[in-house]
Formats: sequence, C-alpha cells, structure tokens
Amino acid sequence: MKEEIEKIKKLAKEQIEKSIDLKQLDDIRVKCLGKKGELTAILRGMGEIAAEQRPVIGSMVNTVRDELEALIKEKEEKFKEDMLKLELQKEKIDITLPATKIKRGSKHPVNRVIEEIEDLFVSMGYDVVDGPELETDEYCFERLNLPKGHPARDMQDSFYVTTEYLLRTQTSAVQARVMMANEEKTPIRVICPGKTYRRDDDATHSHQFGQVEGLVIDKNISLADLKGTLEVFVHKMLGENLELRFRPSYFPFTEPSYEVDVSCFKCGGKGCSLCKQTGWIEILGSGMVHPNVLKMNGYDPEKYTGFAFGTGLDRLAMFKFGIPDIRLLYTNDIRFLNQFDRKDD
Amino acid sequence: MKLSTNFVKDYVDIDVDLKTLAEDMTKAGNEYDSAEKLINATNLVIGEVLECEEHPDSDHLHVCKVNVGNEVLQIVCGAPNVRVGLKVVVALEGAKLPGDFTIKRSTIRGVESCGMMCSLAELGIESKFLTDKDKNGIHELPENAIPGEDPIKFMKLDDEVIDFDLTANRGDLLSILGMAYEIGAIYDKKVRDIDLSHKENSEDINNEFKVEVNTDNCSIFLAKKVKNVTIKESPDFIKNRLIASGIRPINNVVDISNYVMLETGQPLHYYDADTLNGKIEVRMAKNGEKLTTLDEIERTLKEDDIVISDGNKAIGLAGVMGGLETEITENTKNIIIEAAIFDAIKVRKTSKEILRSEASSRFEKGLDPNRTYMAIERSCNLLEKYADAEVVSGLAKFDETNKEDTKIDITFEKINNVLGLEVPKDAVVDTFRRLGFTSEVEGETVHVSVPKRRLDISIKEDLIEEVGRIYGVDNIQGKLPELPMKAGSYNKTIRQIRNKMIALGLNETLSYILVNDKEALKYAVSPEGAEGIGLLDPMTEERNTLRYSIIPSLVKIYEYNKARSQKDICIFEIGKGFYKKGEEYVENTKLSVLMTGEYYAGITDNKQVDFYTIKGVTEEILNYIGYEGRYSFVIKNELPKEYHPYQTAEISVNNDIVGIVGRLHPEQFKDAVYVMEISLDKLLDKKVGKMKYKEISKYPSVKKDIAVVVSKDIEAQSIAMAIKKAAGKLLLSSNVFDVYEGIGIEPGKKSLAYSLEFGAQDRTLTDEEIATTIDKIVTALEKEFKAELRK
Repeated sequence: MKEEIEKIKKLAKEQIEKSIDLKQLDDIRVKCLGKKGELTAILRGMGEIAAEQRPVIGSMVNTVRDELEALIKEKEEKFKEDMLKLELQKEKIDITLPATKIKRGSKHPVNRVIEEIEDLFVSMGYDVVDGPELETDEYCFERLNLPKGHPARDMQDSFYVTTEYLLRTQTSAVQARVMMANEEKTPIRVICPGKTYRRDDDATHSHQFGQVEGLVIDKNISLADLKGTLEVFVHKMLGENLELRFRPSYFPFTEPSYEVDVSCFKCGGKGCSLCKQTGWIEILGSGMVHPNVLKMNGYDPEKYTGFAFGTGLDRLAMFKFGIPDIRLLYTNDIRFLNQFDRKDD
Repeated sequence: MKLSTNFVKDYVDIDVDLKTLAEDMTKAGNEYDSAEKLINATNLVIGEVLECEEHPDSDHLHVCKVNVGNEVLQIVCGAPNVRVGLKVVVALEGAKLPGDFTIKRSTIRGVESCGMMCSLAELGIESKFLTDKDKNGIHELPENAIPGEDPIKFMKLDDEVIDFDLTANRGDLLSILGMAYEIGAIYDKKVRDIDLSHKENSEDINNEFKVEVNTDNCSIFLAKKVKNVTIKESPDFIKNRLIASGIRPINNVVDISNYVMLETGQPLHYYDADTLNGKIEVRMAKNGEKLTTLDEIERTLKEDDIVISDGNKAIGLAGVMGGLETEITENTKNIIIEAAIFDAIKVRKTSKEILRSEASSRFEKGLDPNRTYMAIERSCNLLEKYADAEVVSGLAKFDETNKEDTKIDITFEKINNVLGLEVPKDAVVDTFRRLGFTSEVEGETVHVSVPKRRLDISIKEDLIEEVGRIYGVDNIQGKLPELPMKAGSYNKTIRQIRNKMIALGLNETLSYILVNDKEALKYAVSPEGAEGIGLLDPMTEERNTLRYSIIPSLVKIYEYNKARSQKDICIFEIGKGFYKKGEEYVENTKLSVLMTGEYYAGITDNKQVDFYTIKGVTEEILNYIGYEGRYSFVIKNELPKEYHPYQTAEISVNNDIVGIVGRLHPEQFKDAVYVMEISLDKLLDKKVGKMKYKEISKYPSVKKDIAVVVSKDIEAQSIAMAIKKAAGKLLLSSNVFDVYEGIGIEPGKKSLAYSLEFGAQDRTLTDEEIATTIDKIVTALEKEFKAELRK
C-alpha cells in the first residue's frame, strides 16, 4: 500500500512539474485529489487494511495530499502570474512618444522686469503707485517746473489729444500726483512703473515705452542717498560688480541733475559695440528734486529735500534677456513670447 | 553745437588732445556725439600740374605729370578744370580719405595712375558748403601754394570739431565764448578778451535812424550803422570756421554776422540800410499780414509772431528769418546791424512753424544782454577789418534789460547736505573762481555773484550743481536713506491675475495703445455716448486714436502670427482702454484674452479651442478672484457686429455687465477665434468675502443621474437654476455631462443628462428623501420647460 501511495505521489509530482496550463493542473488535481481521485480511493478502501496499519496509511495519504495541494497551488499561482504578465504585455506602450503638451503660458519680459523692480523696492519699504496714462499738461509738465514754451519740452515730443491732455511722456508725472495727494505732506517713498509715450519710432525708440520712476522725499535726503539707492538698484538688475558714474546733466524737475552711466556689463568697460567703445552705458536719469517742484506741490523746500530717478524698462528688459531690437517687445510674435515661459532666474 | 577747436583756442588755451577734451566736457555735463578732425584724410600733399595730356583712350580723362615736391607723379584725372600750372591737393598712394576710401596705384584704361587730385567733397566737406566751382571739379589752390607741403594746413582746414549734444538749460554754450569759459573752468585757464576795437566817424546814427519797440516781447533792440562796405569773399579762417560750425559761407558781410553770432551767441541781422526808411519798429504781426522771407517764400503771419517793420510793412520775422526786400546783396553799401533779444517762447512758437534756425535756437534758450552790445561792437571790429566798413557813431536803441550779475547766498552746510559730501571751503570758493563767478565768504555763508551769461543759474541748487560739476561727485560715498521701517505695498491682485492667466497656459502680450480710429471702438460694448480719443498730431494714420478695447490689438497679434504659420494662439494682456464721454476722459484697466487653435495637444488627446474653453478660462479667473456662484453669461440680442451672433455672451457679475466673451464673426475670421474681455476696474470694485473654511460633511453624499428631453432652444443655465431652486439645500451640485440630439430624440428637442449630488451635513440621506427630491426636480422641469424624463 505504501508503495502505491509513493507511486501516486511520484507520478503526480512529475505531472505537476510537466503541466503547462491551469487546465492540466486541474486535471491532475481531480485525478489524484478529487472525490473520485486516486488518493481519495485509498482512503475509501481503508476498511480493507489491517486495523493497526490504518493510522499510518491515513497519515501518509494526508501528508501526500497536503504536499500535492501545495505544489498545485504553487504551480497555479505561477500560471496566473504568467497570464497576467501576458495580458499586461499586450498593453505595452511606447513611452518615448511625445507627451501631451500642456500649455505653460509666459510672462512678458517687460513685466518680468517691472515685477523684479517692484519686489526690490517694496522690500526697501517703497510703495508702488500708478497714475493716469492720459495725463494733463499740468501734471506732466507744469508741476514739474516745465511751463508752457519751455525749451526742454522739445526733449519730449508729445502726443496731445487736446491742448490740455496728452499721453504722458514720462512717469515723472506721477511725482506731482503723489505729492499733491499727500495732504499731510509727510515723507514719500514710491516707485511708479508704467507706460509712457513720445513721438519717436526706430530700432532703439518706440513711441510707446516703459519707464519706472522713483521718488523719495524727507528731511536730509542727499545725493549720497540717491547714489546708494541706485547702486542697489543697478547691482540687483544688471550685475553686482558694476560701477556707476554720475554725469551732470539737466532735467527741469531736478537740480542738481545727473545721468547715470553703468560700466558696460558686456565688455566690462573695455569698450565694445554695446557701449559704443566708451565702456559706459547710459542707464538712468536722476537728481535732487528741484525746489520749485517741491514748492509747487506743497512741500517746503527749506525743510524737505528729495531725490528722483527714472529709467527705461524696455532697455532693461533688452539688456537682461539679450533682446536686440525694441520692436520685438511690441510685436508679440508667439515664438518670442514662448521663450519667456520659465520661472524667474 | 559744433565746436571748432581752432575757433575756441582764440579765447582759451587747450593743452589736451581732442578726445580728452570731449571726455572731460562730457564729465562736466556736456555730452558729445562725435569728436573728429574737420578733414579726416591722410597722405595729402600740395601738387603742381606740370603736364596735362588727353588720355589716349578717353574723351574726358587727362594724363598729368604732377610735381609733389620730392618727385613727379603720373596721375590720371577726370576733372574738367585740370590744367597745366594748377596747384592742387594730391592724395598719395596709401592715402585714406573719408568714407573708408584708400588710394592705390592703379591702371586707368591702360595708363598708370599714382594718386588722385582731390575735390573738397572728396576731402569730406559737405557739398552744401562748396562754391559752384568747387562742386564741379578738383579744388584749385592759390598760386602761392608750395608743392610738397601740407595742403590742409595751407587751407587752414587743420581744424577739429566736437559735436555736442547740449542740455536745454545751457544756452550759454551756444557760443564760442561760453565754451571758452566752460573749458577754462574745467582746466583752470583764463579766458582772453574779445577784440572789439574799431574807429567811428563823426556822424550820429540817431540823427537819421529811429528804433521803436511796440511790444513786450522785445526787451532790447540795438541798431548800429556802418557805411561803404566792400562785399567780397571772406578770408579763409572765417569761411573755414563757419564750415566747421556747420554754417555755409556766403560773402564777407553775411559771414561776419554769422561769425559774431557763433562767437558771442547773440544772433544778428544785417539790413541793407538803403532799403529802410530810417526807421525800424518791433511789433506783433497783424493776423494775415504777409511777408516774403529770405528763402523767397511768402509767409502769412499770425498775431503771435513778432515782426520787424520799417514803419509800414513787415520786413523780418523777429528771431527767425529776415525779409527778402531788405537783405544784403552784392550791391549793398550801407548796413544797419540789428542786435536784439526777443521773447523766447514767442520765437520758439514761430520758428516751430517756419524754420528752426541757428538764430531761433539761441533766442529760445535766452540771451545775455551784455552780449547784445558786445555783438554790435564785434561786428564793427570785423566789418572794419574785412569789409572796409566805416562805422557811424552812436547806437539807436531800446533797452529795458537788467545786465547786473545774479546774487545768490549759500552756506557751506547747504552744499554739503545736498551733495552728501564734505567739500572743503577753499574748494567751493575756488570752483566759483574757475567758473568766472565772484564770491565773498562771510562766516559760513558765501555771497556769489553770477554773470548774466549764465542764465541757467538763479538759485542755490544751481550753485550746488556747479560745485558738483567742477569739483566732482565721484568721491560721494553712496548710502541708503535713513527712513523709518515700513512694509512697502504694490498691486498684488493684478499680479496674481497675471500669474493665474499664465498658469492657464496663456502667453502675455504687450501691445500699443494707439490704433487706427476705425478700430478704436471695435470689438467691445462701449458705454452710451462714448467716443474714441484721437491724437491732435498723429505720427501715422495707423496709430491715430487711443484704443477703447485691447481686443483690436490682440486681433492684430493673432493676424501677425497667423501670417507666420502660427496657428495655436492663446494670449492675454492686462492694460488700459480709453474713451471720452462729453468732456470727461476715462481710462479703464482691462483683462483681454484671445484663443484659437489647439489649447493642448498630445498623441491620444487634444483640445481644439471652442466657446466652452474660453468660457472655462473666464470662469476660472472669476472663481479665482472670488466670484464663484455670483456670475452668469447673458445672451444679448444686440452685440458688436464683430462677433458671432449665436456664440457670444456678456459676462454679468452681481447682475452688472463686466465684459464679453465669444467667437469672432466667421465671415471675417475663417478660423474659430474666441475672445474675452473684462473690465478689471469694474470687477475688482465688487466686494469679495474672505477665504474661509467650510465644514466637510461626515456623511457620504449620493450621486444620481437623470436625463431630460426639452425643446432645443432652452438654455442649460436656466434649467440648472430651476433644478437648484426645486431641489433645495439637499442638492450639493448638479452638472450637465451630456447633450444629445438625434436618433431616439424628437426633432427640435435635445436630451440633457445631469449628474446630481445629494447630501446633508447631519445625516446620510435615505433613498426616499433622494427619490422625493428628484421627483420635485422632475415636476418642476415638466412644469417650467415641458421637460420629459428620459427613461
């Protein structure tokens, strides 16, 4: 009897080993372990075995059955796994095909520069203010010490819509607005970025262009304060190691007035096409607020002094991103805009 | 201002080279555009034509033998005036001429030529300065020219020119004397006096000539008479200095008037005395009065123009241009010299309309009346010397000017406080001395006396600038202002909206606000009575009006890109729109969007922009700002004609129209182009509640789908509102997930499938509660829209 059980076991093991699918495995199970299976038959025929042999045989059959069941199960799982793998294989895709293009959007380079300047000055306690683009002659010129007929008005050929209203030629117009709006005549610390307009159109001038204006008024403000502030500004926007040169100039609303040159960030001051071989690039207009401007807008020039500065945003954007022609900023070619789709540097 | 260094060296010594001078002037605030030799050529010598034969193979060329001092060269020349004995300017082999032109030994039609005989134009003199003779051939040097010597020196053309871009306040630098003072201040050099000496005869002008000023716009008018002048060519130094200064030489008398203007800055006018009636009157023109000016154009004058009259009629436009009738001619014998100062603003206005001249640009910036006298005297000096003039004694004059120095008191402390720099007291005083100002120190105060020539200096701050200019501001140590700590502020909302639009995948644009008047009010519903704002003096027709809406600009950008094969365009801009209503000018901040083509694209999936895409973008931005549940899309019968009438809606927030969204009219736009515009001023004016936590229900919600069949023209928005109303607060959300027309649905009808979500904060809803609510919804829809529940 023992031999018979051993034989069944051996044969079944071989068959399990050789089986190639679930069907064959199931057949083996039925043949050995099913209700009419070989091992079941042995248990059923226990009556014919000597009583003292019965427990031994019974235990042996159970052991073999457990062993075979485990083997079948193991094999079964392997088959299932193989099948699943086969199924999944059918779903194989080419992961190197291009991704779905999710639009990223882009921020205009001039607005990038504006935001950078705003962040810098806001961190130094400045308020960012705005004013009308369609401005009055009074605020754009007269309150800035530029009466009608003043020859310096030629510096800014303007777009008038009536004799009184014009598109502002400079963000300086906001200076007078801020001073006038401040009824308490308390200290002022503002910047004003925005659009400005002049009758000019070529590769370096656009009839519409961006400017940012800065104005600080308080007791004891000096040229040294202006210099220090502009150093921070230029170093942040164009590079840490740049030198500044204050060149006397003339603006009707400041006295003394300075144009500020920065050492050429392209050639380091040796002279190149960008700086026209001079080593310097003119970047800002600035000065101490003219006492007439203070007076006209309600501040006592004996008590208060102030500085103001202004610079072109388009040029800053051009320098920052290496844009060669100002017109690119206003043409809005999608291929141009798409290049400004990253986070800020 | 073109500065001839030869000219200014008459009055001040200059020890530095041209480039250094230009740079130092720039550092002092007088920027230069260019600094070059007047004649920028090398390897030139004087030559004498020894032989001149006709070229064997040409009908106009000559083969010449030219003595250039140490040798005789063969040169082929095409000029008609070449001939034996002529003294000429020869550019030798290797010579560099203006325009990057190098002379090489060459063969011209088989004949060797070693150099070139030059015209003045070839040496770089502008043709407007040339005589007819010089325009038509090589330059003819006088007999006494010596072959082999430097012709530029010989012709006194060895000058240098710095072209300054002067600031509007420095009218004083529009004179050689002013330049001399400036250079003198920079290098601490003394300025030499101008020679005014001349003889005067025993006659008195006041016996025969009167000056009358009948307007407030002339503060000084001087008239001087000279007699018996000889009109001829000016000496070389006068001609060359005029050329270097950009003025065309004419004859000795006219040239002297210009020369003296250059020297003193005071414009002069010389009249042929015999064409006047012994009188000059300055007055305002009569409206419509006529005057033929020197350029032979008849001008019609306005009452704002200052004129010179002979007592009857206008004979000159003051400060701008003289009249033809009284001008100096070749036959002029006697001259009335006018030196006057006219109102800067009036001259500026007249000259803007007629002609910006050397004279008008000086009047516009203001003049020193001391120079008015000086210019008269200097004219007499030069006319006597170079035009054989006999000067008549006396001046016919009108003079109400103040010629005193300007007195300004300033403290050392003030200077140091404004500059933020400790300038030694000695240095301050020394700066004033170098500038030619007199000063006197009294304790901490300096009394400064500024000559009238520096009209730009009137207040303390002007003196501080002078100290900064001459002493230098390079030593100022920059610092940050000591100001109280406070948080700065900026318009965060606009920036957040911008970032949101970018996050939605749109490209930000920046466009011009000036558009064509036909476009200015297009694409937008403008307020009643709104007009476009036109420019008085536009640069182009294309940009003559301020835009009301940004959409015309975005459409232009779309067209530009489409023409460059860019089909997928999703752009936005935040900017201003303008309009006029009655007398009021209004400007509005707007957010505008244009979308066309693919919104996103991939192998398995892509999204072509349609109405619902741009509606999604619109809702996204409204929700983001905080208007969720407070807006609707309103269908209007009357839309701007640029829109598709059935795919466009107005955007209403809190029942107030804030914008428009829709498809552009397919007649004009073959591609499906969608635009949206919101007035941010209007929108952001509305209050938004604070972001706050709302409790999430602990009990599960239940989703049920229903489909109803309704007439095709019923709007989903109204059904959604009816559902919400009928269901009450147990309905958490409802969403259309399918719209179907076709087989199984009666023609003229559509099936709308809704996904409804039910729930409550305090319990799990029972099946009965949900069934009852759905019944209520269905009943309401049946009643209101004749809807049928689709089984």
